Amino acid sequence: MALVLARRFAALAVTLVAATMIIFLIMEILPGDPAAIILGVGAQPDTLAALRAELGLDLPVGTRYGRWVLGLVTGDLGQSYTYSVPVSELIGERIWVSLPLALISMVLTVLIAIPAGVFAASRRGRLADTGVSALAQIGIAIPNFWFAMLLILVFAVSLGWAPAGGFAGWDQGPGSALRSLALPAIALALPQAAILTRVTRSSVLETLGEDYVRTARAKGLTLNAALWRHAVRNALIPVVTIMGLQFSFLLAGTIIIENVFYLPGLGRLLFQAIAQRDLIVVKDLVVLLAGTVVIVNFLVDLAYLALDPRLRQAHAHAL
Amino acid sequence: MHSDGIEVIRRVLISPSFLVGAIVTLCFVVIATVTLFWTPQSWIDIDIANKLARPSLAHPFGTDHFGRDVLSMLMKGSHNSIVVALVAVGIGVGLGVPLGLVAASRRGWIDEIVMRAADFTFAFPALLSAVMITALAGPGAVNSIIAIGIFNVPVFARLTRGAALVVLTQDYIAAARLAGRREIRIAIEHLLPNIASVLIVQMTIQFALAILAEAGLSYLGLGTQPPNPSWGKMLNEAQTMIYIAPHLVIFPGVTIAIAVLGLNLLGDGLRDALDPRLRRAR
Repeated sequence: MALVLARRFAALAVTLVAATMIIFLIMEILPGDPAAIILGVGAQPDTLAALRAELGLDLPVGTRYGRWVLGLVTGDLGQSYTYSVPVSELIGERIWVSLPLALISMVLTVLIAIPAGVFAASRRGRLADTGVSALAQIGIAIPNFWFAMLLILVFAVSLGWAPAGGFAGWDQGPGSALRSLALPAIALALPQAAILTRVTRSSVLETLGEDYVRTARAKGLTLNAALWRHAVRNALIPVVTIMGLQFSFLLAGTIIIENVFYLPGLGRLLFQAIAQRDLIVVKDLVVLLAGTVVIVNFLVDLAYLALDPRLRQAHAHAL
Repeated sequence: MHSDGIEVIRRVLISPSFLVGAIVTLCFVVIATVTLFWTPQSWIDIDIANKLARPSLAHPFGTDHFGRDVLSMLMKGSHNSIVVALVAVGIGVGLGVPLGLVAASRRGWIDEIVMRAADFTFAFPALLSAVMITALAGPGAVNSIIAIGIFNVPVFARLTRGAALVVLTQDYIAAARLAGRREIRIAIEHLLPNIASVLIVQMTIQFALAILAEAGLSYLGLGTQPPNPSWGKMLNEAQTMIYIAPHLVIFPGVTIAIAVLGLNLLGDGLRDALDPRLRRAR
C-alpha cells in the first residue's frame, strides 16, 4: 500500500512540474516578448526595456523558470502589472468567492444527481425514469451562462429573491454572502448535476444486475436496502471519477459564471487580467487552476483505493 | 456481417432518440447552408429606428439594440457554430486518432508518453486553454477553434487507444501480422473500420460540447468577433438589456439548447444501436 501511494505521489509531482513547464513555455517563451504583449503595439523602446528589466525578462530562461517555480512554492507570485499589488494578495482576496462557489456547486450537484440517478435506475423503464432522463438530457444541453441569465430574470428581476449580481462580502455576515452565491452556484451546478445523474443512473443499473444484489434480495433485503447498501455503494466508482473531472469544469465554469453575476472571484480576475494583458496574473491563475485540477484528480485516484479494496490488491499485485 | 449491418440500420431507424436527433441536426445543417445565400432579413444592416422591437410578423424573434433581425442573426450564427465545431472536432480526430492508434499498436514508452500527455491535457478544460491562447494571440474565431480542438485531441486519443487495444487481441489481427502486413496497414484496414462506430458516436458528443464551448467563449468576448453573429455573443449583448428586452435572452439560449440536445440525442441513438453491450442491457 505504501508503495502504491509513493508511486502515486511521484506521478503527481511529475505532472505538476510538467504543468508549470508547459504553462511557462506557452506564456513566456512562445509569444516572443511578454513585455511587448503587456504594453501593446506602439510601446516606446525604453518603456519596453524598463518593463523587461522589471519583469526579469533579461535573465536566462532557466533562471526565470526557477524563480517563478520557487515563487509558486513560497507564495511569492510576483507583482500584478495593472493592479500594482502582489498577485498572491489578489488571489488571496478572490479565492474566498470562487472556492465557496465551486464547493457549494459541487455539493448541490451531488445532492441533486445521486438521488435522481438512483431513483431513475430503481424505476427503470417507467415514467419516472423517462422523466428524469429527459430532464437530464435538457440539463446537459443548456449552457450554464444562459441558465444563469434565466435565473436572474426569474429570481432577481421578477421575484426579487436574490441579487442579480455582485458580492456582498463575508464581513457582512454569511447570510448575505450566501445569498449572492446562491444563483451562481445553482447555474454552475445544473449541467454538472445532469451529467452526474446520467452516470449514476447507468452505473446503478449495471450493479443492480449483479449477482450480489440478487443474493441480497434473496436474503430478504427490501429493494431499497439492497439498492442503497449494495448496488449504490458499488456503483460509486465511476460516479467519483466523473465528480473529479467535474470539479475541473466547475472551476473553469467560474470564469463564465462569475462574469454573468459580476462576482469578484478568480474567474473574473482571470478574465480582467486577459482584457488588460496582465500576463503575470494570467500565468499564475492558470497554473493555480490547472494545479488544483491535477491535485483533485489525484485525490480521486486515492478515493478509489479507499472505495474499492480490490483495487488496492490489484495494485499490490501489479507492483 | 451483412445481416448485422442491416440489423444496425434497422435499430438506428426505430430509435426515437436517433430520429429526433437526426432531424434536429439536419435542420441546423440545412439552415447553416441556406444562410450562405439567404436570410429572411439582413443580419448585418443596422436599423436604429426599429431597435429592440418585440417579436412580430416581420421580425418573428424581434430585433436587437441595433435593430437587426434576431432570427436572421441566429440563422447566420448556426453557420458560425457549425463551422467552429466541425473544425475543432476535425482537429481532435485528425490528431487524436493517429496518436491513439500508434499508442495501441506500439505500446511501451510511446504509449506511456501519449497517455500521460492526454491525462495532462485533461487538466486544462477547453475554456482554460482558450483563455491562455486568447491572452496571447488575441480573441477570435480561429483561436477559439484551436483551443477547443486541442481539448478534443486527448479525448479521441484515449478512446481510440482503448478501443484499438480490444481489437488488437482478435485472431484476424494476429493473422494479418503473420501474413506480413505492416502495422500501418493493419491500423488502417483492420483497426479503423472496427472502431469507427465508437468514434462516430464520440464525434457527435464532442460536436455538441464544441458548440457549447464556442458559445461560452463568444459570450466572454474571446470567440467570434463582431460583426459576425454568434449565439454566445448575442447572449452577451442581451444581458445588458435583460430588463428592457428579455426576448433577446430567450431565443439564442433556446437555439443553443436545441442544437446541443439534437446532437446529444443523435449520439445516444447511434450508441444504443451500435453498442451491443448496451443493447443487451436494455
